[in-house]
Amino acid sequence: MEKVVEIPVIWLQGATCTGCSISVLNSVRPSIANLLLEELLPGKHINLRFHMTIMAGSGEIAMEIIRETKGSFPNGYLLVMEGAIPTANNGLFCTIGERDGKPTPLTELAKELAGNAMAVVALGTCASFGGIPSGRPNPTGAMSIVEFMRLNGIDTPFVRVPGCPAHPDWFVGTCAHIMLYGLPKAEELDELGRLKLFYGKLIHDNCPRRGYFDTGRMAHKLSDEGCLYEVGCKGYVTFSDCPYRKWNGGINWCIDNGHPCIGCCEPGFPDVMSPLYERFFEERLPKLKLDEATGKLTLS
Amino acid sequence: MPKIVIDPMTRIEGHMKIEVTLDSSGTIVDARSSGVLYRGIELILRGRDPRDAARITQRVCGVCPVPHGTASALCLDAAFGISDKIPENGLILRNLILGSEYVHNHILHFYHLCSLDYADVVRAASYPENDFEALRQFASRGELAPFLPRYVGDYRLNDDDNKALVLHYIQALEMRRKAHDMLALFGGRTPIQAGIVPGGVTSRPTTEKMVSFYWRARELYDFVVNAYLPDVLRVAKAYSDYFGIGAGCGNFITFGFFDLDGSKPDYARRKRLLVQGTTNKSLKHEELDLSQICEAIRYSWYDDDGTPNPQKEGAYSFIKAPRYKGLTHEVGPLARLLVNYASGNESVRKELKAVMSELSIGIDEMFSVMGRHIARAIEAKVIAEALCEWVLKLSPDEPTFVPYELPSDAEGIGIVDAPRGCLMHHVRIENSVIANYSIISPTTWNGSPMDDNGQHGAIEAALIGAKVRDWENPEEIVRIVRSFDPCLACAVHMTNLKGMPIGEVKVFA
Repeated sequence: MEKVVEIPVIWLQGATCTGCSISVLNSVRPSIANLLLEELLPGKHINLRFHMTIMAGSGEIAMEIIRETKGSFPNGYLLVMEGAIPTANNGLFCTIGERDGKPTPLTELAKELAGNAMAVVALGTCASFGGIPSGRPNPTGAMSIVEFMRLNGIDTPFVRVPGCPAHPDWFVGTCAHIMLYGLPKAEELDELGRLKLFYGKLIHDNCPRRGYFDTGRMAHKLSDEGCLYEVGCKGYVTFSDCPYRKWNGGINWCIDNGHPCIGCCEPGFPDVMSPLYERFFEERLPKLKLDEATGKLTLS
Repeated sequence: MPKIVIDPMTRIEGHMKIEVTLDSSGTIVDARSSGVLYRGIELILRGRDPRDAARITQRVCGVCPVPHGTASALCLDAAFGISDKIPENGLILRNLILGSEYVHNHILHFYHLCSLDYADVVRAASYPENDFEALRQFASRGELAPFLPRYVGDYRLNDDDNKALVLHYIQALEMRRKAHDMLALFGGRTPIQAGIVPGGVTSRPTTEKMVSFYWRARELYDFVVNAYLPDVLRVAKAYSDYFGIGAGCGNFITFGFFDLDGSKPDYARRKRLLVQGTTNKSLKHEELDLSQICEAIRYSWYDDDGTPNPQKEGAYSFIKAPRYKGLTHEVGPLARLLVNYASGNESVRKELKAVMSELSIGIDEMFSVMGRHIARAIEAKVIAEALCEWVLKLSPDEPTFVPYELPSDAEGIGIVDAPRGCLMHHVRIENSVIANYSIISPTTWNGSPMDDNGQHGAIEAALIGAKVRDWENPEEIVRIVRSFDPCLACAVHMTNLKGMPIGEVKVFA
């Protein structure tokens, strides 16, 4: 039997609701039991060493794992970052564990762990773009791990897996892609660092209600049949494969449920997408600028 | 005196730190529960379209987003003047979506967050039966994360019970997911559903979805009856000393839930499957009086004007300290069970009596770590059963949503019990946007620090008096804390009750 390669994973939670973790638990094939116990792909085992919601150990025992993982795996580890990083107030809006009797700000941990990782998976819209915690007025100076790394001069390769929450297939598929083919090549990513495999197509182009749009049959209130454009749908500015992948094992998704898309995979969520139930004014879109130097997306 | 600090407190939602002080015999004489992540969601809500709150507040918590979406929809219904006009279909669909969340949550909590404190996965990897093949393979690779490292010691289930618990841990991963699949049938997707909105629900029931929901609920009911509840009893028998540990403050409050009749605009008096109210060790049921809720911040990292200040002298948590009639109250499944027991809810009484007789315990033992686990399992059974009935009451051709006008100035309160306990949303709308939004969530109650009178929060109170046998492996502490199912992302809020006279707010739309 070939030796199984252990891929150590440190899963760090910042300014998050844990929704992306729960979403990943909803993975159907592979199931989460496959993921935890078995080899995600033959010969490759995800060794989930640190995840605060799942791991057996608490307190110092848990923090020791982080230190040990940094030292004992010569090829490094994968850092999964869930949630944004609150940077205001010396990072004291989010702390994990203690050092010398003082709480450790996430900013310190993130710097060390992102710097030493083989790659960073920015899981969810908060980790990818800042998301809800960075919504105006951004009370905690929250930012994405990508922006945080650039500001701190950390050039570890990263891939964004946005979504509020991210779809389990997007996360598992991204991990499998890295295991099989290595880190995504530039041509496999869109300009925001997302795999085109999942985020390459506009929801509007594949929407099952597209026929209504083309023939002008509009829903004027929620729960009506018809295109949801007038009640705020952001599907025509949002890139994801939701319309054909659907959610929860393919059972349903927002628009099939009569609910407008709120654009949760996009850098403009929530500020550019608000108000969520009003028609979107596309003139806001071109104003969304990506600053190559900082990775920050702003409304100009 | 010696101190034990547990940070991070794992297998809960979010960022929590627990610090206890012990006397020389190892008895906990002081305890501090700290929430150590602050996001400021309420500030982010200000200035936005009120309807957006039912989406954004779900991001308060990804483990239990539906209760936030529901409480938000209820408070917006009240503000829009339609709280008594939600169509019957809309009420039922909201119950189905939230009920699915309860089933998911309770399974997740017992198996994936708690059972590793009682079951020995490492021993299970040596069992010869075919069922354990995957686990044996896993262990043979030599990397046992996330099941190791852990506290060494007190895993005392016999092999038969240990087998059952470990196999069900794995099976429960699948069952919890199935509860989420069920939720998505009418919720669109989950976590963070896209179905419940002010005015009702966006989805339309169809016959095939109803049948599909029914059979999913039946499968989950069977799992609760044949695995979850028996497993809780297995643990309760082996760890019967935990009927005497973690009693807590002895006061209980619930907002109830699952609206059975939407015609009364007052949520505090509305007919609900699990009733609203309070009780204490006397087990007398009292009606809910929202004007008795107040909140203290002396030990919380906020200045008097509500500005977050993690450097505040003497403070130790981002959680505030809500109190009812000036007293610490516990919220959650045990509170619901006891309030419903006290109020004479027959289905709850019947289930509880059956369990108490099997375990040969009295009601006094329910005030404990094991009591909380039992309450949660009984509740999962009651709710799964109700879901099977409710879904067949949907009418495919009837409306699920009532239109409304957006008011320029209005106010509303929504109350509901989330899986973890009392949840309140309050909105004030000015010039058609949110002027103020505040949330008091379950773990704000349970995980709160001391109040201005030095009265401990519910989790702290449950810790004080407990004995820690092995200071290196303080299992007692984590078992007590986890029995509350803390959710820290929910708990931390900057609700400013000084600007929120609950008693004067138009709760009745």
